[in-house]
Amino acid sequence: MVTPTSTTTPETAAPALELRGVSKAFGRVVALRDAQLELHAGSIHALVGENGAGKSTLVKIIAGLYPRDSGTLTLDGRPVEFRSTADAKKAGIAVIYQEPTLFPDLSVTENIFMGRQPVGRFGRVDRATMRSEALALFARLGVRIDPDRPTEGLSIADQQIIEIAKAISLDARVLIMDEPTAALSGVEVERLFDVARGLRDEGRALMFISHRFEEVFALCDTVTVMRDGSYVSTDPIATTTVADIVRKMVGREVGDLFPKQEAQIGAPVLEVNGLSQPGVFADITFSVRSGEIVALAGLVGAGRSEVARAVFGVDPYRTGEVRVGGRPLPKNSPAAAMRAGLALVPEDRRKQGLILDATVASNITDAIRGRLSRGGLISTTQENDTARDWAQRLEVKTAALDTLAGTLSGGNQQKVVLAKWLATEPTVLIIDEPTRGIDVGTKSEVHRMMSQLAGAGLAILMISSELPEVLGMSDRILVMHEGRITADLPRDGATAEKVMFAATHGQAEAGQHHGSESVA
Amino acid sequence: MSQTRPAERSRTYADHARPWWQRVLLTPEMAIIALLAIVVLVASLTVRNFATPITLTFLLLDVATLLLIALPMTMVMITGDIDLSVGSMVGLSSVVIGMMVQAGQPMGLAATTAVGVGILGGLVNGLLITRLQLPALAVTIGSMALYRGIAVGLLGTTAVTAFPEEWTTLARANIPGTPIPLVMIVFAVALAAFVVLLHFTTFGRGTYAIGRSRDAALFNGVAVDRTRIILFVLSGAIAALAGVYYTLRFGSARGDNAMGLELQVIAAVVLGGVSVFGGRGALHGVVAGVLLIGVLSSALRLAGVTSDVINIITGVLLVLSVISGSILTWARSVRARPSSATPAQA
Ligand SMILES: Nc1ncnc2c1ncn2[C@@H]1O[C@H](COP(=O)(O)OP(=O)(O)OP(=O)(O)O)[C@@H](O)[C@H]1O
Ligand SMILES: [Mg+2]
Repeated sequence: MVTPTSTTTPETAAPALELRGVSKAFGRVVALRDAQLELHAGSIHALVGENGAGKSTLVKIIAGLYPRDSGTLTLDGRPVEFRSTADAKKAGIAVIYQEPTLFPDLSVTENIFMGRQPVGRFGRVDRATMRSEALALFARLGVRIDPDRPTEGLSIADQQIIEIAKAISLDARVLIMDEPTAALSGVEVERLFDVARGLRDEGRALMFISHRFEEVFALCDTVTVMRDGSYVSTDPIATTTVADIVRKMVGREVGDLFPKQEAQIGAPVLEVNGLSQPGVFADITFSVRSGEIVALAGLVGAGRSEVARAVFGVDPYRTGEVRVGGRPLPKNSPAAAMRAGLALVPEDRRKQGLILDATVASNITDAIRGRLSRGGLISTTQENDTARDWAQRLEVKTAALDTLAGTLSGGNQQKVVLAKWLATEPTVLIIDEPTRGIDVGTKSEVHRMMSQLAGAGLAILMISSELPEVLGMSDRILVMHEGRITADLPRDGATAEKVMFAATHGQAEAGQHHGSESVA
Repeated sequence: MSQTRPAERSRTYADHARPWWQRVLLTPEMAIIALLAIVVLVASLTVRNFATPITLTFLLLDVATLLLIALPMTMVMITGDIDLSVGSMVGLSSVVIGMMVQAGQPMGLAATTAVGVGILGGLVNGLLITRLQLPALAVTIGSMALYRGIAVGLLGTTAVTAFPEEWTTLARANIPGTPIPLVMIVFAVALAAFVVLLHFTTFGRGTYAIGRSRDAALFNGVAVDRTRIILFVLSGAIAALAGVYYTLRFGSARGDNAMGLELQVIAAVVLGGVSVFGGRGALHGVVAGVLLIGVLSSALRLAGVTSDVINIITGVLLVLSVISGSILTWARSVRARPSSATPAQA
């Protein structure tokens, strides 16, 4: 059914994909009302909106995952009806979903070619071809992932890269990307953009969802804004500004993006001495003082999350020691870590941060069950009051406290995880990608809260792949490279170049820059 | 910490998305309770001698073992584990008290020892499952064979029947002035304890959390392995206690007592609305599930139906209850998909 449109220009041709008057409700929750969208061949289209605006729902309707309640979907001017994701795939639509959907037990290669394995003679699955194609895809994306390992246990960023490889390998005419960069750091994002631009130049139609405006402006030609499930506007990128978009998205002005205030820096609260786990990280030594925000920067796979998990006691470590408030913390016990005042907002919210089948209220109060109970007995009223309080502070978009967390939008799920850990009122907060997938308004709110918490004496260790966030929020920046800390930069001495250098080259030799692109 | 936000941005939240009657009535537990009520009503009207005190007494004496063992099994299954060794533990407990009484030990000591053996057996299960990270299904299939093997090995094919008269009468006696057996008091106490433990404590919340996502539970500071071990210990202890009752009620200690009981318990628990994948279920549903199986077999037996047919009927019921969840999801998706009913116009 694919007819190559070789010489038609985008202006005269029908849109590669067009949605009109699309509505969708989940029970009483209206996710989309009268949404619209036009994607053209040879163009990269941005879709932006607050958490819960309905972006992912729109994606899932295009993908054939959800049926729509009303509206039309046309491909090259012809109306189509997708009953399943297979239909959409056949029509030439590839989708990268916001949350990775991999089979944990299958190998990386098998995941990429799920359902369409190349067959050799006698109908046998051609493993060699599959493997070499997977390697070629990874080379194109500039990453190194073992194609034979199971996807179980991969970092969320690697999982996202596998999703990207999977979608690209479909060679589709329309490529939809729902927050593909949320888990990635600068280098991988650049690679992805190169690939996307290549596809655009080949005449594919691309859609890109992101909460990071610098990415939207760097990559896209057109931008559509959504608010509360409705269409707001579509403009060429060239004639619009960030302030413009934000106003349309949020309906109000948003303050400074990184408002880190000066805080009274006190004594070290978290001290990590010579922590090592063979093959994962080595000789990790650092401390975080009260009132201080320390960033842990580095490329994806540098071992940052692994260090955080070991400190919190979820993962083991071979040698070294962790002290909180001067007292040593036992290994391998999250419960003991929590009692000592540690909190960890993990990177993988769907697996580690949230219980998707449980209610918003129980997710928020899960980590403070002990405090909300008397002699082990729980009071539901108190549970709900606490949950309501924190949901309000973070503006979680949900109708009721007993909504299942799994049905919230991605960004709102992240808010619930944050609410849960802030509710523990910790003395040390380890926060892995605090604003991943969070919209502008809430992002500045999260930064403000972190800053306020630091002001109140909290010690914060923040893992972040977003350089502006790292540079704007932290008092000190630790950079990791291949499992080791390669730089410890004070706020004043830190620049994007120094951080990237230490993250990519190992030892940071201040002032000595290699490569032509790193000009200050 | 004071969050100051423009007033028009702060949201309000209802406690519940659905009105209370929908939350209470539209649950699998209520469906099974309603089914139980209907079956009791129909049986009372159509089966001769069903609606009599003596039938009630025997029914309760029969299901007491199942009821007791179903309590910890519910919690074990909510964490996503399973304990297949409970039937064998009943047998082992029976043999332990049989041999001790035969050796002239007092009944009280024998019963305590049996429960101790149950705790030990549960601990072995729990430790193997958590330390070696083996699936509960595999480990308890093994211990099912092991505990049964020990029981039969100890007593051979003989039976001990010389139990003190006062104990066996006690096991069969009613609460004075009622047709309700004394053992129901034991059950009521155990039920109350388990209801509090599962539904009103942090331990219970942790139990659900483990079943819904073991990873997330770990990150939340739930002592995942300790919780699972404790539940297997409870399961073993209660199974052994039920074994004491079972032995005294029939006045006979044998190695092959309560063969296949684990399947009846698990069937009743699943029938009562506990998910085979873990994470959901409640005790009122499970009690109704056990009673439903008890009432059905008692009524059918009174109506002269053979035990093969009774097994088939309870089997069908179980299959229906397992797939009813999927049927509901399917029905909802059909209702939510009016557009796909019309043919695609591609
Ligand atoms: N399966 C579902 N069941 C019930 N409600 C849902 C479901 N999926 C989405 N919703 C609701 O629909 C609304 C839109 O969600 P959607 O995921 O499309 O937002 P989004 O724009 O992608 O947000 P984010 O930037 O946070 O990813 C939200 O209020 C969400 O709670
Ligand atoms: Mg989304």
